[in-house]
Parts: sequence; C-alpha cells; structure tokens
Amino acid sequence: MKQLRRTMLYVPGNNPGMIKDAGIYNADCVMFDLEDSVPVAEKDAVRFLVNEALRTLDLTGKEYLVRVNALDSPLGIADLEAIVSTRKVVVRLPKTESAQDILQCEREIKRIEREYGIEPGSTRMMAAVESAAGVLNAKEIAAASPRLIGIAIGAEDYVTDLKTTRSASGVELMFGRSMILLAARAAGIDAIDTVYSDVNNEEGFREEVRLIRQLGFDGKSIINPRQISAVHEIFTPSLKEIDKALAVIEAIKEANRKGSGVIALNGKMIDKPVVMRAQRTIDLAVASKVLEKERENA
Amino acid sequence: MKIKNAALAGTMESSDIMITLEPSKEKGLVIELDSTVEKQFGRKIRRVIGDTLLEVGVDSARVVAVDKGALDCVIRARVKTAAYRAGGEECFHWGGDIK
Amino acid sequence: MHNFSLDQIPYSDELVCVKDIFNAKNIVKNTRTLSEREELHNKIAGSLEEAVRLCGLKDGMTISFHHHFRNGDYIVNLVMGKLAEMGFKHLVVAASSLTDCHYPLIEHIKSGVVRRIETSGLWGKLAEAVSSGLMDVPMVFRSHGGRAGAIEKGELPIDVAFLGALSCDPYGNANGYIRDKDEGIMCGSMGYAKCDSQNADKTIIITNHIVHYPNAPFGISESDVDYIVKVDEIGDPAGIMSGATRFTSNPKELMIAEMASKVIVASGRFKDGFSFQTGTGGASLAVSRFLRDMMRAKKIRASFALGGITGSIVDLHEEGLVRKLLDVQSFDLKATQSLRDNRFHQQISASYYASPYNEGTAVNQLDVVVLSALEVDCNYNVNVLTGSDGVIRGAIGGHPDTAYGASVSIIVVPLTRGRIPCIVKNVGTIVTPGKIVDVIVTEHGAAVNPMRKNLRKRILDSGLPLFEIEELQQKAEKLVGIPDTIPYTDKVVGVVTYRDGTVIDLIRQIKE
Repeated sequence: MKQLRRTMLYVPGNNPGMIKDAGIYNADCVMFDLEDSVPVAEKDAVRFLVNEALRTLDLTGKEYLVRVNALDSPLGIADLEAIVSTRKVVVRLPKTESAQDILQCEREIKRIEREYGIEPGSTRMMAAVESAAGVLNAKEIAAASPRLIGIAIGAEDYVTDLKTTRSASGVELMFGRSMILLAARAAGIDAIDTVYSDVNNEEGFREEVRLIRQLGFDGKSIINPRQISAVHEIFTPSLKEIDKALAVIEAIKEANRKGSGVIALNGKMIDKPVVMRAQRTIDLAVASKVLEKERENA
Repeated sequence: MKIKNAALAGTMESSDIMITLEPSKEKGLVIELDSTVEKQFGRKIRRVIGDTLLEVGVDSARVVAVDKGALDCVIRARVKTAAYRAGGEECFHWGGDIK
Repeated sequence: MHNFSLDQIPYSDELVCVKDIFNAKNIVKNTRTLSEREELHNKIAGSLEEAVRLCGLKDGMTISFHHHFRNGDYIVNLVMGKLAEMGFKHLVVAASSLTDCHYPLIEHIKSGVVRRIETSGLWGKLAEAVSSGLMDVPMVFRSHGGRAGAIEKGELPIDVAFLGALSCDPYGNANGYIRDKDEGIMCGSMGYAKCDSQNADKTIIITNHIVHYPNAPFGISESDVDYIVKVDEIGDPAGIMSGATRFTSNPKELMIAEMASKVIVASGRFKDGFSFQTGTGGASLAVSRFLRDMMRAKKIRASFALGGITGSIVDLHEEGLVRKLLDVQSFDLKATQSLRDNRFHQQISASYYASPYNEGTAVNQLDVVVLSALEVDCNYNVNVLTGSDGVIRGAIGGHPDTAYGASVSIIVVPLTRGRIPCIVKNVGTIVTPGKIVDVIVTEHGAAVNPMRKNLRKRILDSGLPLFEIEELQQKAEKLVGIPDTIPYTDKVVGVVTYRDGTVIDLIRQIKE
C-alpha cells in the first residue's frame, strides 16, 4: 500500500520528552525539526539528539522525516550528514526557491551515501516552498529529482514574503496552494499543506482541512497530536466513494480474469487515473479502518 | 579528543540530562551524577556517560550530570554535544545503525 | 390512681417490657424552647480536651479519622497534638487514609504517642520515614472496602472516632457541606466518616460551623455522635476542595483514555442501563469525556455511576446520561454542590460502597471500572502503593474492591513515566491480584488477561491494537532499559491486606 501522508506531525528536535513520545500518536508521518523551532545556540545539540533518537527508537509503522537547516550554511550540511547516515529518514529541505536547491541537496546526499556505504538513491526528499519565488518555481522544483516524494507549502514565511498576513479564509494562500498542488500532480508526488497554529480552534481547523482536502491535497502538517483525529476523519472516504472504488477494482480483476484489454464499468471506460483514484480511496478507507483489509483483497 | 574548555549541554527539563564537561589534569573520567532515578538507573547512566566519552575519544574529563529521567539515547546525545562544544572543531563520524 | 397490679399480667416473665408501675413523679418535662435547648442542652463540649476526657480515652486505644479533607486536613494534626499534650501513649491510629500534610505524626511516633497505624495510603515525608524504618510495628494497609468490613466485623474496633465536618447541629447531625450560606469550605460526601460514626464506641465531631437543628438531610446521624467540638480553623480550603477537576489536555493521557473507552464499547458491557466508575484524574477521568460522546451517539444511558464523584460525572447526570449517582467521596465543588442539591445524588458509606461482606455492595453492581496504577506486571498484578524506588507513595483506595466487583476492570497506565517502566515483570508490591484485573490499556495498545477468553475475543475483533502483556513489558524495557533491583532489609514496615484482611504482600525497609 502506498505510504499515506494525511498527517505530518511536527516535533521540535530540541525537546527530548517530545522526541521519545513522537511515535505513539497515530500520525502517518513524524517530522523532527532541526530548523525554525530550534534556537541558534542549540542547533548543534539537536543534531545529536535527533541522530541518536533515530538510531535507537522503534521507528516502525510510520514515515519519519527531518527538516534540516537550509544548505546555504554549514549547519545544513552537518545536518544532512547526521541524518542521512542513519538510513532511516526522508530529508525535508526548507525554503526551497528553485530546482537548483534540490539539485544541490541531492549532490550532498549522494556524497554522504557514498561515504557511508548507503545504497545510492535510497535517501528520499521532500521540498518545502516558503516564498513567492519558490511558488513560481514549484513545477520545476517538484520535477527536479526522482528522490522527491512530496512538496509542501510553508504558509508563515510565504505570507510574509507576499507582504500580507494569514486570515481565516486563507484567500492569501489560494494561489500558493494551487501552484504547489499542480506542481505535485504534474510530477506525480504528494502535496502537503501548511500548519494550523491555533490548536484550540477546532472548528476553524476542520474548515481548513475540509478546504485543502477538496483542493486535492494529500495531507496536512500537524503541530499538536490533538489535531490528528480530525484530519483522519475528514480524509475518510464516504461509503458511496468506497463502494464505487471497490466496483472499479472488481471490474479490473474481472477484465484480467477474462483476458480482456478494454475495461468498462456501467458503460464507461475505466482508464488509469480512475483506477489510481479508486486504489487511493481504498487505501484511505483501510487506513481509517472503515474497510477491512480482507474485503479489499476479496 | 582533548577537552579544551568547559562546556554545557542539555537542560533540567523532564526526560533530559544536563551535562557539564570540564577539563581535568588527571587521566580518567570523574562522573558526578544527580539523578531522579538514581536507585533504578544510576549505575547504567554513569556507564553510558563513560562509554560515550570514550567513544568520542575523551579519556580525561570531569563530568557533572543532572538527570531528570533521560533515556540512553538522550544521554549519549547530550554527552556528545558537550564534548563537541568543549573540544572545538572536531569532526564527528555519525555512524549508522547501532541496533 | 391505677386500678391494676403487675401480678395480673399473665406470662409476665416473657414480656420484656414489664418492670415496674409507671410513676409520674419520675418525669420532669423540659419546657424550654428549641432554641433554648440548642444553646443549653447539647453535645457541644467546652474543648477538645474535655471531649477526649468525656470519651474515656486510654493509652493503647484505637482512634480513627477520615480523609475527606484530603491535603487540607488539620484534624489529624490537631487531635494528635492535643493527645500528645495530654500525655496519651501507644495509641493505634486507624485513619481511612493519610496524606503529605500528616508528617507531624513522625514526632508522635518517635515520642511513643503513636504505637501503630492503619491506613489506605501514605505519602510524603511520613511515607519516606516509614519506608526507612521509622516504626517498630508494621503499618497495616487496607482498601476502603477492607477497612469498612474489618470495622463492622469487629476486627478493627474503633474506640474513639474524631471526624471533621463542615456543618453540624448541636446534637450531631453533620455534613460535609453547608446549606445555610453560599460561601464556606465544603468537602461533599462523608462516606468514610459515616462508617466510623456508625461503629465506633464514641464519636466526636469537630466542626467550624454549628447550625440550627436539624442539619437534615444529614450525612452523619446524631444518633451516632457523642460529642461535638467547635474549632475556628477546620482545614486549608485550597487543600480540601478544588474548583473543578479538569480533563487532562496531555495528548498521551487522552490517547489512553480514548482507547479505554473503545475497550468499554467493545466489551459488550456498553448497553442502556449499564453502570460504571472512573478514576478521578488523568487518563481515567478523561474516559468519561469519550464515553459521553458515545453515549449521546448511541442513546445509551447509565443506570448509575459510582465513586469518587467529580464534576464531570455530575455533568453526565444533569444531562440525563446517568440516572443516579452513588457518592462515597466528592472530588470537587461541583460534585459537592450536586450532593447537596440533586435528589438522585446519594451519599453512601464506605461499607455500602465496598464492604466485602454484603452481597449488594455497590462495587458488586458495576459493569465497568477504570482504574490507574503505579505498575502492572506480567501476571496482571497491580501496584498502587510503592514507587519503583521501593518507597511508599500511594493509596489502595477502592482499587481491589472495584476490580473485584466490576464485570470488567480496566487499568489505564502509560507504558513508562519518564524513565520508569510501568509494565514490569514483577511489581514491587502486589495490591490488587491479577486474577481480578481484566484489561490493561497503554498508549501503545491493550492487553487482556488470558483468563477472560470471551472478552479478549471481543476486543480483538473490534480492531483495537492488542498485545500480550509480555510484549508490552518488553517494549517498556527496550525503551528505558532494565532498572537495577532495589535493595531492602528484612525488616517489615508495611503489611498489605486484601479486602478480606488476608495478607497479600509485605513492604520492607529500604536499605540506605
């Protein structure tokens, strides 16, 4: 089953208590942060903390990412060494402005993989776009490397770059979100939305999650475990959607059994995007526990 | 690796350990530990501190540690950070999987 | 004046009441008014010292206290100070429980005023001192039900009970709340005190607020009270009552609580008319929050909730989701006010709550109980008394009583607390035996006692993450490492009893 990324839990790397507990919540992904949530004086300390944690803790059942510092400083390069060497995480690159940033990161990762005897190409990446230039270059960024698994938008810095502020409606993010999404789809990778900081405003949070789901996003960044269940709930497909998806998969299986090349359901042709959407619906349904794995395979 | 200056790493928050590393004239490691779980893990914590210092090549130092129930990986990280800060621009090999 | 004689009565030897002929000269009618009588003929003693003397307290006798004033209690220290001053020695202190604020007992132990202590729990400096070998005679630990049962059976006879109350009339009708004015200190149910007042030889009520007769409805009845002592300072308000018991916002505790509520639903006990008890803090309290959502969604009402009643349980009652409340101890102001004002919020004694000797005992009518723990082991034994460093730090409370009585007992506990593993191979002290413990819920998943085969299947089928208890213990060990064993001496400092008074474990002195 494809890795779901409905929820990406931010964990500040500077907090041993939170690091050791990060795996118990049922977020699909956990992201340790070495960048903006860490004071400058502690950036060396968190590198050690996250490196040791990754080497020791039980990381099964989730995808782990680490947001490194931007590579225009020695901090970022040292972060990459500490992280890539564990062979266990996806590298999240902040403040990606252009495809060049991706390529530079890729070069560093290649070097580290060689030095540490790591399988070349096995370390994957995620790009975070946080500026106007980055948004405009999203298409090239998303397609810049086969290592990329997704592209995310970081609203705080982006909105500052636009010289405006965040609002409840999110109108200032509309273009940025759409660009990220289109770039992700064109490149065949995931699109992840930004964090919602007001942890106590549950209704406001749900509204935003419903919006980004409708836009087509694959998931949302989370800053508090309490936000996880709302996202999973909203990303749960409806029974109607599930039944439709099962019918599509069944039609494919039927056609394969008959050896038929053309596949139709209810008089309509089923082509690849339809199948992929059906499979994705089933994956979400199974992850949300509204569908049994057996039934899916039946 | 030689300890050039005293250095501090970590905090006194729950699940953390604060490590102060000081240069020592004698060879060997002197470890002073104040831990909330002294009875249950005091022995283990001292060993992890000592092993980690030896791993990064420090065989002479005075360590003052204030522990609030940090796991071994946190202890190792804080000790390495203190050593890194005390020793200057040493390069660390990040190793790989240890389990 | 009478035209009969006693020898006219046949079978007079069988008639118990037949003694002498009535003589009006023997009656003197009291024509004073009620308010005059309240003032002049009452049970109010001039001082605590006078009340003690009137009770005939002697060296070596057993005295009792309740713990409804929690950490704001002044009564124990006040009384013990006075008894020490009066020169009493070798007393047996049978408190329903003791807390941090009772450390002055250390001095009374050293000076010989106190010979031995019985309690449900012990904390703070006194607990550390006992763990370090302060007392010659071991402390006896009993559950609430065990203590009530022992008192009623005469195994723990109380000579004088010293019971603090927040309102009392001149004849002894006492309550843990105030009705005649809006402000004042309140503690709510006096369930443990009721039991003592009903069985002690002599009962002294200590109160800061004398009200007019009758202080009805009453928690403690005048017929069980001998003397009343008025004091100015009854306790520390901040320690006695909390404004509101809040739900935790700790994500780990919420996760555990949510899983526990799903276990309840999967257990087959979640039906209209079910009954439950939850703990009063952390994850075990938060369970009621998740239950509420499910009860509303499935239109299920509980027949009663038992406890340990908090404001959040009162909310469920006032919302119509829980029909009746049975309250042995109220935990916050809202629960206290509800006890006072709500018709179907009933005050019950410790015996009614949890005595092992009554079939109808309230704990026996529970479908579900959610409890916490310090540690749980691979045999499902639970420790709520001693920490992982071997020091006494906790209370038995109603733990084994409710675990036994409930159809399904659920223990909510984090896998680790900081670096301390909570699921271990063997607990330091067995308080509640594994045989009556059904489900353990941690943030990593649940484990079901292998003896409960049907329950296990239901929970497995519901899709909840289920493990063997050994797997959870291994997870904890992998995370924190293996703790060194605590060295003890041979000296026994605590005797832990099961509900029926049998010895389930011993607590030994810590080796320094």
